[in-house]
Amino acid sequence: MNFDRTEEQNLLAASIARFVLRDYTFEARRRIVASPGGCSDDVWRTLAGLGLLGLTLPEADGGVGGGALDAMSLMEAIGDALIVEPWLATVALGAQFIARGGSDLQRRRVIPAVADGTRKLAFAHAEAGARHTLAHVATRARADSDDYVIAGVKRLVPHAAVADELVVSVRTHGRDADADGISLMLVPRDAPGVTLTPLRMLDGTRAADVRFDDVRVPAAATVGAPGRALPLIEEVVDFATALICAEAVGAIGSANRDTLEYLKTRKQFGVPIGSFQALQHRMVDLVIECEQATSMASLACAAVDTERDPMARARTVSAAKVRIADACRRVSQESIQLHGGMGMSDELKVSHTFRRLTAIAQQFGGADHHLGRFAAQDARQPG
Amino acid sequence: MDLDYSADERAFRDDVRAWLRENLPAALRDKVARYAHLTREDLLAWHRILAAKGWIAPSWPREWGGTDWNVVQRYVFEEECGYAGAPPLIPFGLAMCAPVLLKFGTEAQKQHFLPRIYRGDDFWCQGYSEPGAGSDLASLRTSAARRGDRYVVNGQKTWTTLAHMADWIFCLVRTDPAAERKQDGISFLLIDMRTPGITVRPLVLMDGGHEVNEVFFDDVLVPVANRVHDEGKGWTVAKHLLGHERMNTARIGTSKRELEHLKAFAATQRSNGKPLTDDPRFRDKLSRLEIELMALAITNLRFLDQLRGGRAPGPEVSMLKIKGTEIQQMLTELMLEAAGPLAQGVARVDGVPLADDVIAALASRYCSTRKTTIYAGSNEIQRNIIAKHALGL
Repeated sequence: MNFDRTEEQNLLAASIARFVLRDYTFEARRRIVASPGGCSDDVWRTLAGLGLLGLTLPEADGGVGGGALDAMSLMEAIGDALIVEPWLATVALGAQFIARGGSDLQRRRVIPAVADGTRKLAFAHAEAGARHTLAHVATRARADSDDYVIAGVKRLVPHAAVADELVVSVRTHGRDADADGISLMLVPRDAPGVTLTPLRMLDGTRAADVRFDDVRVPAAATVGAPGRALPLIEEVVDFATALICAEAVGAIGSANRDTLEYLKTRKQFGVPIGSFQALQHRMVDLVIECEQATSMASLACAAVDTERDPMARARTVSAAKVRIADACRRVSQESIQLHGGMGMSDELKVSHTFRRLTAIAQQFGGADHHLGRFAAQDARQPG
Repeated sequence: MDLDYSADERAFRDDVRAWLRENLPAALRDKVARYAHLTREDLLAWHRILAAKGWIAPSWPREWGGTDWNVVQRYVFEEECGYAGAPPLIPFGLAMCAPVLLKFGTEAQKQHFLPRIYRGDDFWCQGYSEPGAGSDLASLRTSAARRGDRYVVNGQKTWTTLAHMADWIFCLVRTDPAAERKQDGISFLLIDMRTPGITVRPLVLMDGGHEVNEVFFDDVLVPVANRVHDEGKGWTVAKHLLGHERMNTARIGTSKRELEHLKAFAATQRSNGKPLTDDPRFRDKLSRLEIELMALAITNLRFLDQLRGGRAPGPEVSMLKIKGTEIQQMLTELMLEAAGPLAQGVARVDGVPLADDVIAALASRYCSTRKTTIYAGSNEIQRNIIAKHALGL
């Protein structure tokens, strides 16, 4: 048992903290969010320079070789500073599919380019009516000689508009929600027949609805086992879920810091409102939420790094996501309430943290979804 | 970061576990598992088994019988005892009076009391709360007037756990009613429960059990030699005691065992023809409880890890108390809920034991466990402590 960070992890955390202080203050973030693209090429180059774009990619392919535990401090910083860059979409989702399921050729072509910042990816998966069921894939890929022809619509694909390539889940056979018959295809974002409708998300990030009108890709664009991609999707989505649990810890920490500061400085009835016990006790409960969330984020990151049994991994990650979703909801709502009217204002960071926490609570499935998944693993275990 | 125990820590845990398997009497384990009443003899029997092994007072200094275990080993030991279903160790002598004597006691006090506490010769209780002094402990009024080499003690303590079994009581008493700050007039006395003038009256609680008492003092004579630390320094002693290491306050091991029991029990109960664990409304509550316990187990280990360097535990103990007791209450609540309407029948009028004494015990246990968020500094007091000492509010 040892909760210390390694020397490398400490150095990484320090360099991330310096980067945030220099390049990602709340005012800088506000400008980036309002810019046409909604994220920053300069920041992306900086992240590449810091080695963060290869952080969780295999060393053999040109990455740093870190796991989820190594990425925790980065994720906490992303949560704390409300960073809107496509790190998760590119490094923790898109490139993870290639690293874990891609062919030698795909890995050699894509991963070094991701690590050096010249290529961004996005995971095009969610569809209307799927909610959080990962097996729900209605977008079809029809075999046609040596090619596949893709038709369907993916909804709210995070950072699709800045991605060079999309990892698209498609159905090669079976019905819409069958576990079997799902494949992953690597599709250039500018391929003929791909149409994007960019969207602004609640939390200030960008996404796009992506339409595939008979988009033709070679069979070699397939990532992982054709027709049997669901376990890989579950593995990579669990990995990303564990990481956003760590992001939530950073955002919860930020909300709690802001709220505590407000309780100490805001005066009513001639005294700081933090002198009122009714508010003190609520603040304490938020701090406890943060501790419990931190514990579960660590547990989830350790599980995706070391747990080889997919059921046990799913159980731990879902447990973490339930606890994190509950914490996100409570901390976000209470931090606005404890700020009073000021908490409603767009000017204060806490209202932006509220929006990100609201999004994280639902991202990759909310508490109810993961409660069901957690209990289902229990039911499948013998005895 | 490594969330698992190290190889050494695992080996230690396996040793403790193996020893418990061999040495925890099945009859005691069974009584604990069935929520049966534990007698003074039950409690002392387990105390003496641990004392014979040399494991009764791990955190004491080596020369007084401590084991030199580090904080993690001490935690592992307590967690394993709880998980195995060992009877609880009554803390009043081992974990409360003894640390006070070690810090503030005279050599004579240490030589006399510590070996007796270690062996289990004396059963101790704690005289803190009074009818008018609960969370506001410093407003206590039981008086001790100096007369030569003795104090004359008059007043009343209440909620005194196991006073009816106790040989000795340690008390906070007021020696200087004129002190400007109410904290400054308090002293810490050790009182023999057989001293004339002490009356113990049971307080029967809503679970039907007798665990706590009122203790009355009428002109009780106590040698001045039984005062710990200086006159008027009782509050310093009390604060030391409150801050004393209580890293097992969350009782993770016990809760893990009870959760396993709850899951197994709920799976045997039928609701609409299906196991209760398949009822989504019950299952979600069960899952949330298990997840909260998973989180608290890691939180507890994280705090322990921070204490390895020797830092004294701070407000984190309060967090563990709040969450740990909330979980304990939820466990008993869901057990009662799992048992369904039949659990409302708690006893036969003719006194014959009910066929299923475990189910019969659940309602009482639910009632009894309400105390956990009230005792040892109510959870509201714990929130005050965190607000003041961790958050600076």
